[in-house]
Amino acid sequence: MTAADRKMRLLITEDDRESADYLVKAFREVGHIADLASDGEEGLALAESGDYDVLVVDRMLPKRDGLALIGALREKGNRTPVLILSALGQVDDRIKGLRAGGDDYLPKPYSFAELLARVEVLSRRNVGPAEETTYRVGDLELDRLSHRVARGKDELTLQPREFRLLEYLMKHAGQVVTRTMLLENVWDYHFDPQTNVIDVHISRLRSKIDKGFERPLLHTIRGAGYMIRDGIR
Amino acid sequence: MTAFGKLIRTTAFRLTLVYLFLFALFAASLLGYFAWNTRRLITEQITTTVDAETGEVSEIYNHRGLRGLVFTVENRALRPGANLYLVTTPAGVAIAGNVGSLAPGVMGSVGWSETAYRRLDDQDAGDHRALVLVTELSSGFRLLIGRDLEERRRLFGIVAQAAQWSILVVVVLGIGGGIFVARRVLRRIDAMTGTTQRIMAGDLTGRLPVGRSGDELDRLASNLNAMLERIEALMTGLKEVSDNIAHDLKTPLTRLRNRAEEALAKSASESEYRAALERTIEESDALIRTFNALLMIARAESGQARGNMDDFDAADVASGIHELYEPLAEEDGMTLRLKTAAAPLHGNRELIGQALANLVENAIKYGKPVQPAATGAVVSLDSKQILIEARREGDSVLLSVTDRGPGIPQGDRKHAVERFVRLDTSRSQPGSGLGLSLASAVATLHGGELRLSDAHPGLVAALAIPARAAGGDRLAVQTQDVPQKVA
Repeated sequence: MTAADRKMRLLITEDDRESADYLVKAFREVGHIADLASDGEEGLALAESGDYDVLVVDRMLPKRDGLALIGALREKGNRTPVLILSALGQVDDRIKGLRAGGDDYLPKPYSFAELLARVEVLSRRNVGPAEETTYRVGDLELDRLSHRVARGKDELTLQPREFRLLEYLMKHAGQVVTRTMLLENVWDYHFDPQTNVIDVHISRLRSKIDKGFERPLLHTIRGAGYMIRDGIR
Repeated sequence: MTAFGKLIRTTAFRLTLVYLFLFALFAASLLGYFAWNTRRLITEQITTTVDAETGEVSEIYNHRGLRGLVFTVENRALRPGANLYLVTTPAGVAIAGNVGSLAPGVMGSVGWSETAYRRLDDQDAGDHRALVLVTELSSGFRLLIGRDLEERRRLFGIVAQAAQWSILVVVVLGIGGGIFVARRVLRRIDAMTGTTQRIMAGDLTGRLPVGRSGDELDRLASNLNAMLERIEALMTGLKEVSDNIAHDLKTPLTRLRNRAEEALAKSASESEYRAALERTIEESDALIRTFNALLMIARAESGQARGNMDDFDAADVASGIHELYEPLAEEDGMTLRLKTAAAPLHGNRELIGQALANLVENAIKYGKPVQPAATGAVVSLDSKQILIEARREGDSVLLSVTDRGPGIPQGDRKHAVERFVRLDTSRSQPGSGLGLSLASAVATLHGGELRLSDAHPGLVAALAIPARAAGGDRLAVQTQDVPQKVA
């Protein structure tokens, strides 16, 4: 599905052999190209020489720490998006990771669906078209400047937060967006709600943008999250 | 080290020695000053009277001639007392007076001198000293008048002896006192050392002996005891936690394993396998969440999350959480209301948000009214309402969640905050039993507390956190001594 849109070249820097192999295999299965580096030095050398769309870097690596790797890369002007994987999942570790030049942070243990969704979003940013003022998916249209949302000829009234939710989904139209990504990017919280609080927001939004229309645009991706896209494409 | 060696190495003993030296020096210089001054005074007195007498006798000689002089001198020389008189001819022959012999050359030099002498009537060969004034009379005769110095010498001797004795006494008393004090201190320190060694060996219940004098050692001991108290509480807490973890994580792990085993043994179709695997993933996600919550609590409790603190308004957090949970509450047939007033805070916004979210989730899960609310019992809150409130109260910021559910009985409230405790014994609601623990740990991290109270009916769960002062003394909040609750 989404991977078919664009084949990505990934570099995975991870010292644990088993999880590294699993990641490489899983990424290849969904159609991406994944290279593997097993320590910080090798990761840095490969990242500098290869033209990667996204780097997936483990935080704790032999020879050169993950954050040091990112720092060295950024110092040399390499802007390739980096996703940090870490067993340290706490708020301050995440902030430290992002400050060091990482673009996203995923605590272990993670689900592959979550990792894939985040990597795809990061990669899209890499080629990123200039920020558009209007997002369009099918006949749904969102104007970021006037905060106007319309589907076909019908004007839709959204709450401010619903607008931001839809905006985020549409910005990443055609990509899977997970619940934690939504909580992080729309609400700016990084915790794990014990309840299905995000699902309720989505179903509210869905009732506004899809209800009464023949073709649904907001899809639930089982075991991963949500995606907005025009069904036929 | 020998006992004596240990003794003289104590601070108390060394201090005593230093003081002792200083006191001895002081006493010696005081006595020295006294002796020297006395001696000066006596000498002065002698010179004055001898001067006067010399003047008097010279006068007599001038008026009455040699006869008068000899007569007067002989007369005065016979008086009892210590005065010395001598008159010599220009050739040096003694013609009157009571001096038997003098140090050679004394009569030769006019003026003051100190000399050894012997009286005419003195039989013993004792060595006497005197201060004498020799004057030359007009005709070449010489007159000597002097005073014995025995008195001065005796006085000086007395002072010198007093100095010796007093220094001896000071030294003896000082060393004795030093040993006494040092031994006392040493005994107490030894007792403390003994206790610490026992504690180090693993007996955490040991406590240092605290005396009644309230001195610095007692203060140190009671502070150390407080520290030990805290350590013991933490250790007990830790042990409880690990027991709980073992129990509460083993149970779902066992379930997980059983399910996988069962699927392996019995599943026939692919869809059955799929269903089993999906359940397995769900179960492990729940486990991961539990782990995360536990780690978060541990970090909050150990104070590690104290970085990432900034200034924000609790009202914003409250409205953010309200906005996030409002649809969920509605889905459950409840209404989430919000009431905020400006409540500036210094802290970890993320953690406080999560703590408040936990309280709201609890209210949604457990805050449903048990029976139709008694008529007229509720004033402003409908029985299906949950109220999120942020406000300032005195020096604290209160972030509270009020529901109209069954509440928590007074006796269970303390228990409810503990890890893995779920008062809902049926465990019909999903959850790890860590929500209140985390909220409590977050409040403690910020120097505040989680308060559970009765809303008549219902529960008020409030995070009470010290407010940021208007001047923004963030340091005061940050470094504040966090009052720790026994976990």
